Amino acid sequence: MSDKSHDPNQMTGAAMIVRALIDHGVTDIFGYPGGAVLPIYDEIFQQSEVQHILVRHEQGAGHAAEGYARSTGKPGVALVTSGPGATNMVTPLTDALMDSIPLVCISGQVPTHLIGNDAFQECDTVGITRPCTKHNWLVRDVNDLAKVLHEAFYVATSGRPGPVLVDVPKDVQFATGTYHPPRKSDVHRSYAPRVKGDATQIRKAVALLAGAKRPVIYSGGGVINSGPEATRLLRELVEVTGFPITSTLMGLGAYPASGKNWLGMLGMHGTYEANMTMHDCDVMLCVGARFDDRITGRVDAFSPGSKKIHIDIDPSSINKNIRVDVPIIGDCGNILGDILQVFKAEAKKPDIKAWWQQIAQWRARNSLFYRKSNDVILPQHAIQSLFEATRGKDTYITTEVGQHQMWAAQFFGFEEPHRWMTSGGLGTMGYGLPAAVGVQVAHPDSLVIDIAGDASVQMTIQEMSTAVQYELPIKIFILNNQYMGMVRQWQQLLHGNRLSHSYSEALPDFVKLADAYGAVGLQVHKPGDLDGAIQEMISVKRPVLFDCRVAALENCFPMIPSGKAHNEMLLPEQANDEATAKAFAAGKALV
Amino acid sequence: MNQPASAYFIEDRHDPNETHTLSVLVQNEPGVLARVIGLFSGRGYNIESLTVSETEAQKHLSRITIVTTGTPMVIEQIKHQLDRMIPVYRVVDMTLTRRSIERELAMVKVRGQGEHRVEALRLADAFRARVIDATTESFVFEITGNTEKINQFIDLMRPLGLVEVSRTGVAAIGRGPEGM
Repeated sequence: MSDKSHDPNQMTGAAMIVRALIDHGVTDIFGYPGGAVLPIYDEIFQQSEVQHILVRHEQGAGHAAEGYARSTGKPGVALVTSGPGATNMVTPLTDALMDSIPLVCISGQVPTHLIGNDAFQECDTVGITRPCTKHNWLVRDVNDLAKVLHEAFYVATSGRPGPVLVDVPKDVQFATGTYHPPRKSDVHRSYAPRVKGDATQIRKAVALLAGAKRPVIYSGGGVINSGPEATRLLRELVEVTGFPITSTLMGLGAYPASGKNWLGMLGMHGTYEANMTMHDCDVMLCVGARFDDRITGRVDAFSPGSKKIHIDIDPSSINKNIRVDVPIIGDCGNILGDILQVFKAEAKKPDIKAWWQQIAQWRARNSLFYRKSNDVILPQHAIQSLFEATRGKDTYITTEVGQHQMWAAQFFGFEEPHRWMTSGGLGTMGYGLPAAVGVQVAHPDSLVIDIAGDASVQMTIQEMSTAVQYELPIKIFILNNQYMGMVRQWQQLLHGNRLSHSYSEALPDFVKLADAYGAVGLQVHKPGDLDGAIQEMISVKRPVLFDCRVAALENCFPMIPSGKAHNEMLLPEQANDEATAKAFAAGKALV
Repeated sequence: MNQPASAYFIEDRHDPNETHTLSVLVQNEPGVLARVIGLFSGRGYNIESLTVSETEAQKHLSRITIVTTGTPMVIEQIKHQLDRMIPVYRVVDMTLTRRSIERELAMVKVRGQGEHRVEALRLADAFRARVIDATTESFVFEITGNTEKINQFIDLMRPLGLVEVSRTGVAAIGRGPEGM
């Protein structure tokens, strides 16, 4: 007889899960208990290394884990039960897949012998989550569990990061088996993401950059995912080359908004100067971005005269939407380092004075202009005031999805990466509040603000209760216009101003709602009261619902109308009814 | 083209479609085929033919052969999308190598009597199809070849009393001494 009972690596599947979390440096997880995960919750109860945050809905656990991951660079972990627990995770998993967020979800499953039996709270979790994870596993044998858990962490965090799910039947959680710490052989031999860029391609890229007359750097979320070194190198490259730089929604903060080469965000609601620079450039360096349809506008008119260099760790991002001239596959931090090295050794700063003069003319159009009012709060003004009030503070911003999200991207200046958590690819209303919970758990002493809309925030409002329970002083800054603003904007522009179901006839009293949750409610109507109220919100060390009543019919400009190119932007001063009608004439004809 | 009222740019693509045969070497594990098929349905790619079987049992390797159609840009996407899946070892575009052999096997049931029966047997002989089952009023032929040859044979059998066909789909392998 072997003395297996004394082997410290002999343990139950449930114990292995907690042990693996500890071995991967996980200190906080987000979850919700249920029948099929009770053995794991029992293990969690009996230890203190991993803190569990009890959410109010599994979707909240997923977005909180995303916020945690995005603000730390570490993987976020969620724990949910079988059936509805797992299906409620589908939205956050898809969200994390679209935005390349490392997320490890552990789900309970009915016992192995009941799988396929339509058992209580059974669903085909791996089947349902297959298209919305980077990879997923159903573990049928407790002796496979350690290997799968280690592989799950590796897959989630390496290459292009993304969500993974490990489905663990209840009998496997109870069964005893052998655990082993993480080791190299835990990973599929078929999975080997490329890190280092091809040297020939890098030389080609440097030659293009060195010869550029009208260059632009267009960076994305990949730079932030790559880590602090990539951010540092990107900033150095801008410094060394003197090139203008713009960024996608996901990439904000990699280059500081106060930096002198910053053009602002590009794309559908990007600045005029960023989009014109993209359109007229002769060399484009795309770093860790994917030419998404909100970025390119009309693809056949996208930056027609430029040579395009594309750095991406995912080969499937290359030539997906836009044909590029010099693709470089690998980690953008690694490749930026190589590009810098070659550039410094062999090239000198190109003279692009004329290009900067041109950009200055575009900038002078002041595309983010809006008319302030003394009577009503303009949403843009509210964001600017919030930004001014938080300047110099250790601030993290999350958002929901819609007009408020675009205004936040336009008017809040990010100086550092990992400070901006938003649902870019999937566009998930309800992301911001639970994401703020996750961010605050990771950064207990920081100022965490969810810039929200009145419609979005109600999708996951129940997580206020989580914030109160764990004394997480998140600030929910609601730009309340009583509309689903972005839906209404499109209806005004494209559907003959027929505002079908985009107005909320009944809204909760957010101040009373805050009170009911045990949080603090604030409300402001007048521009004159705004700054004081924001100060109060910041100084309160409790969760706050801030009901900021803003001009109801304000719309988000500038804007690339659909089917238009970067140089056909609709600017705020042109956005009167007549010009808008004209810009959308083709669309209106078909309404 | 008129742009309809949409938040998306709707584009007419006129690039000609191409047909490509892809060989995909995968880890043989539960769900791997569902992943591959889900990729095609989820992203709107075509599957003209799909063949899969374990090829190296000790190493748990399976080989999937997919015949697909799409514009050159879509074909390139398909290959990259397959390649980035965790259990996929390699993706080879057999059509691009121009050095591949493609075969499929079909079993063709023909029912008839008299002249039709004789004619069917004669054609089968010309196509090197084998008789693998026979009754006094029917044959089942086994025929191997490329897709075109099999299509041709089936077309010829139609007026002679074709009952049903079972095809394996295309399997492909590269010429020469090297493996994929």
